[in-house]
Amino acid sequence: MQLFDIIGPVMVGPSSSHTAGAVKIGYVAHKLLAEPMTEADIYLHGSFLATGKGHGTDKAIVAGLLGMQPDDIRIPDSLSIAEGLNIKINFAGITLKDANPNSVLLKLTGSSGRKLEIVGESLGGSIINIAAIDGLSANFSGDHPTLIVHNLDQPGHVAEVTSMLSHKSVNIASMQLYRENRGGNAVMILECDQEIPDKAIEWLKGLEGVEKVTYYSLV
Amino acid sequence: MSYKLLKDVVDDAEKNKLDFWQVILNESCRESNMTEEESFKQMTEMYVAMKEADRCYDADVRSASGMAGGDGALLEKFRLQHNRLIGDFLAKVMEKAVKMGESNACMKRIVAAPTAGSCGVIPAVLITYEETKKVSQDNIIRALYVAGGIGEAIAESADISGAKGGCQAEIGSASAMAAGALAYLEGGDNEAIIHAAALALKNMLGLTCDPVGGLVEVPCIKRNVSGAVNAIVSSSMALAGIRSRIDPDEVIDSMRRIGSLIPECLKETSKEGLALTQSAAGIIGQLR
Repeated sequence: MQLFDIIGPVMVGPSSSHTAGAVKIGYVAHKLLAEPMTEADIYLHGSFLATGKGHGTDKAIVAGLLGMQPDDIRIPDSLSIAEGLNIKINFAGITLKDANPNSVLLKLTGSSGRKLEIVGESLGGSIINIAAIDGLSANFSGDHPTLIVHNLDQPGHVAEVTSMLSHKSVNIASMQLYRENRGGNAVMILECDQEIPDKAIEWLKGLEGVEKVTYYSLV
Repeated sequence: MSYKLLKDVVDDAEKNKLDFWQVILNESCRESNMTEEESFKQMTEMYVAMKEADRCYDADVRSASGMAGGDGALLEKFRLQHNRLIGDFLAKVMEKAVKMGESNACMKRIVAAPTAGSCGVIPAVLITYEETKKVSQDNIIRALYVAGGIGEAIAESADISGAKGGCQAEIGSASAMAAGALAYLEGGDNEAIIHAAALALKNMLGLTCDPVGGLVEVPCIKRNVSGAVNAIVSSSMALAGIRSRIDPDEVIDSMRRIGSLIPECLKETSKEGLALTQSAAGIIGQLR
C-alpha cells in the first residue's frame, strides 16, 4: 500500500467500499458508455443490496454514472440531479452467480441508443474490479487507461490491436482474452501505461471482425 | 513501502541522519515517482481537506439511518462549559473526532486516514494541536508523514481494514499513527515515536468490528474519540520515557495474529456483538 492510500483518499463518506468504490464503478461505466446516458438499470447484489441504503450506495453509483468522482460533494444529491437531467434510473435487487459480496450489475443506454452492460465489484479500500462487460468476463481496475475490443474469435485481431499500440508507443500493462466459444464472440481487455490517441481508437472501430470498441481514459 | 518494519525506518533514519518523516517522504517519492515538492504538496492537500471537513461540520444533518448526527454539537457545548473535569485540549480533540465521524456517516467529504471509518482520529489530534500550540502548518504536514509511515508499516505487516482485522486494525491503526505523530510534534525521538505507536496499538488489541446494521456509525463514530484520546495518553507515556515492553514491530505482528483469530462474525459482518443486540434490532427495524 502506498502512502497516499494510507493518508487519503479524500472522499465522500461513509464507506470506502460501499460509497467511494461504488462511485468509482459508476464512473468507469460512465466513461465506457462514452456518451450522455438516458437510462440506467441498477441491480444491487449481496452487501450492496443489504446495507446499500444506509451507505448511500445507490446515490454513489448514480453519481459515478453522472461523471462524478468519489470526492464530489454533490454525491448525496445525485438522484435528484439525474432526475433533473431526465435520466431514467431504476433500482432492483439481484443475485449474481459467483459474485463478490459488493457487486452491481449496470445496464446502461446512451443517447445514440448505445447499450452497455457491466458488472462491477468493490473490493474494499475503494479498489474496484470490473468483472464482466456485455456479458463476457473481464477483470480490470480502472486505474489504467483500458481498451476493450469486442471482436469475432478469428486469427489476427490481437496482432492488429497490439501492433497498433506498438506503433503509437503505448505500453501494455496487462492483457486478457476471453471468448464465448470457438469462432464466436470474443473480447480483449488491455490495460495500458499511456493513453491511446482517439484516431487509433476510431481506426480500430473500422476493422472487419471488430464489433465494438470501448475505451476507458483517465483524462 | 519497501520498509516492512518500523525498526527499518528508524535504522535508516539513524544511518542517514534523517528525521523519521524524511525517511517516509523519500520512500514515498521513490515509490510513486514524485518529487519531494510534489509529495509535500499532496500531503498538504490532504491536511487542508481534513481542516475543510472539520470546518464544514453541520450539527443539523442526520445520517440515512438516523443513528448519527448532532453529538459533535453536544461536545462543543460541553467544551464551552467551565466546570468540566478534562482540559481544553482533550475536550477539543473529542469534539473534533465525533464531528468528523458524524460528517462521514452523513455523506460529507472526509479524508480516509487510514480508513473512512477511522477518519476522525488523526485530524482531531493534529488540527487541535495546530490550533492550540500555534505551530506552523508545515510542522503538522511532517507529522502526517510520521503517521503515514506508521500506517504503511502496519498495512505491510498486518491489516488496516475492519473486514480483515477487526476494529483494532482501523481505529487501532489510526490511534497508533496519531500517537506517533504527536510524539514527533512534542519533540520525541525516533524511539519515542515508535513506542508511542506501540503503546497506543496495544491498548486497542482485540477490538472487534460489529457495527449496527453494517453501517459506519455505531460504535464507529464514538470509537474515533477513544482512538484520539488513546493517542494522546500513549504519546504522553512515551514522551515521559516509558517504553513498550513488547517490541513495536512485534505489537503489530500480534495485531495481525489476533486479527486472524477474530471470528468472521465480528469482522464487519454484523452477525454478532453490538450488531445483534435488541437495541440494534429496534434501530434497524425502523430503518427498513
